[in-house]
Amino acid sequence: MNIDDLIPNMGAWLGGQGPHANVVISSRIRLARNVAQQPFLSTASPSQRQDIYDSLSNEVNRLFPINTALFIDVDNASSLDRQLLVERHLISHHHAVSEGSRGVSVSHDESAALMINEEDHLRVQVLSDGLQLEQLWTKINDIDDKLSERIAFAFDEQLGYLTVCPTNVGTGIRVSVMMHLPALKWTKEIERVERATRDMRLAVRGQYGEGTDVVGDLYQISNQTTLGSSEEEIVDVFSNKIIPHIVEYEYAARETLIKHSLAQFEDKVWRAYGLLSNARCISTQETQTLLSPLRMAIQMDRFDVINIQTLNDIFLHTQSAHLQKQAGTTMNGSERAVARANYIRQKLSS
Amino acid sequence: MDVECEHCKKAKATVHITDVPEKRERHLCEACAQTEGIIIKQTQQTTTAILQEFIKQKTGIETSDELTCPHCKITFREFRAKGQLGCPHDYEVFREALIPLIQRAHGSATHHIGKVPATADEVVRRQAGTLKLRRELDQALQDENYELAATVRDQLKDMDVSESS
Repeated sequence: MNIDDLIPNMGAWLGGQGPHANVVISSRIRLARNVAQQPFLSTASPSQRQDIYDSLSNEVNRLFPINTALFIDVDNASSLDRQLLVERHLISHHHAVSEGSRGVSVSHDESAALMINEEDHLRVQVLSDGLQLEQLWTKINDIDDKLSERIAFAFDEQLGYLTVCPTNVGTGIRVSVMMHLPALKWTKEIERVERATRDMRLAVRGQYGEGTDVVGDLYQISNQTTLGSSEEEIVDVFSNKIIPHIVEYEYAARETLIKHSLAQFEDKVWRAYGLLSNARCISTQETQTLLSPLRMAIQMDRFDVINIQTLNDIFLHTQSAHLQKQAGTTMNGSERAVARANYIRQKLSS
Repeated sequence: MDVECEHCKKAKATVHITDVPEKRERHLCEACAQTEGIIIKQTQQTTTAILQEFIKQKTGIETSDELTCPHCKITFREFRAKGQLGCPHDYEVFREALIPLIQRAHGSATHHIGKVPATADEVVRRQAGTLKLRRELDQALQDENYELAATVRDQLKDMDVSESS
């Protein structure tokens, strides 16, 4: 398997299934780990960095051999391949653009990705569609146990797992849930959600994580504190309290919208469909913005011209690197806008 | 132009005054001006200095700034500028100064409660287990779930027994 073989697939996080799939697009858990007795990457020399890379890639490849996973030497990968991995949520933007020996092991079904030499020596992440954090925790805990049998991770009796940045110290866990909240956005209730989540020391970001804007009403909600609660407690609060509460809130806002502004809502949906099926040039941002009302209408059984799989296909495959990889050539912004519009029209008419 | 102190005839005159009745100009160094009672020796600290001292006592930050990790050689000042530590030993070397920052970032938490790696020694594993059970006990009591609280209390007792045996 090579990186191009990933392209036709949807990836584990965009299957469109799983609990609360009408509102929760995907769930993700990552653990930050560092090898004991080694400097953090912030001070490691190139040769120390290489040593860490060699020993960790060896261990990761033992756990995820070539018949189950794809190992990518990110430092030597093309910028297009690196961008493709970011678009598929398999590596962070930081991992794509930083320098020095680094890599990622991606399970064939894209449900696990282990980044070597990201900010910390190792960042293990598992992904799924819908709200499935408890299953993800079982899975990532098992991966971490297996790695711990052979690697001594930097750990302190009082402070737990030691990380480059003290904001990740303790469990080193980050739980993230990507939610589609169009009705809360349109009714402006989202501001209350954002305030409440901030009060609970949670971060609300765009779909590509830190530093990204919210596009297409997709919000990524994640924990910010990693010390003082167990991994199970953090997962439990997300799975059984915070996220179901926001889901209910979104459903209530959708009902209000349908009850009081049905004509305006339908107008928004059909205009979006009209634009997407006729545009000759279109940006990623406009595409994702227009897909939002369609996604909501499909999920509410109020639009059946396309199904959620087709919508997710368009969502994933119209991103810049995906378009260029599919075309087999690099394209400038204007060329991509044309290719994107062509791809959408073809998907909507088939 | 440099003027010599007219009193000691040694140091450079930095205090220049004019005696009003005689309209006489005088040029003195700081020490001689103090001796003659013309200027008052500064025994009181400035407000900024007092504040700095207060912050130093409260947070230990100023004194910690020059602390250097013997392993990775970064100073606490460099950590504060970059937000990234240099090696796992920094948590030990800078611990006193780091804890208040960690508390601020983690809602006042100071102890890890959660997974312990298989490679950690038995004492650490046991301590982590006890901390976790104590929290579960607190939560159960808060929820008025006395059945669960009793079970957790028994587990804690068992741990105490095996620890002392």
